Amino acid sequence: MEDAAENGPNPARAHHDLGGIAKYMCEPVDTEPHALSDFDREVDALRQILGLKRLMSVDELRRGIEAIPEAEYHALTYYQRWIRSIADNLLRKGVITASELKAALAKGGMRS
Amino acid sequence: MSALAPGQAVRVRDDWPEARGPAHIRTPHYVRGRTGTIRSILGHFPNPEDLAFARPALNLTLYHVAFDPASLWGDAKAGDEILVEIYESWLEAA
Repeated sequence: MEDAAENGPNPARAHHDLGGIAKYMCEPVDTEPHALSDFDREVDALRQILGLKRLMSVDELRRGIEAIPEAEYHALTYYQRWIRSIADNLLRKGVITASELKAALAKGGMRS
Repeated sequence: MSALAPGQAVRVRDDWPEARGPAHIRTPHYVRGRTGTIRSILGHFPNPEDLAFARPALNLTLYHVAFDPASLWGDAKAGDEILVEIYESWLEAA
């Protein structure tokens, strides 16, 4: 089955805009809860703190996730996409610097 | 104040901002350019398309819009209904 069979494919669907595409109509969707790792919980906690401190909104988180290039987007887990977006947002806003991020990672920060 | 009322036929704008540059769009690709029916008014919320870039955001009315799946996909089963949350800025009277 093609996207929008009667009207031709959509001209510019973004790669993350996955609702309604044929793949998910032909395969069952896994709706079972997934176990959360320590990494997942840390990322979620960081997101909540950044929201409370008004350093990054959920909408900015989403925009950052959607900006991840397609191949990388599909290779990352759900919370890996979050931390990628969080890092991009904080670097873009100057909350952290690239050298600070690099130093923190070298010391052994959050691991996925 | 809401310009659109439950029961009214609406058309979703056939617009693709993501093709023109960085964008954050909450209107799924598969309803753009399609016609549905206002089912209910969900409230008024700051426009996420602006919030996503930390820009000042106007409050917009958010609607539940119902679509006949057969109008979206050629081989959809009749009798079901697709409900999508869509902001007023994407809707026009059909």
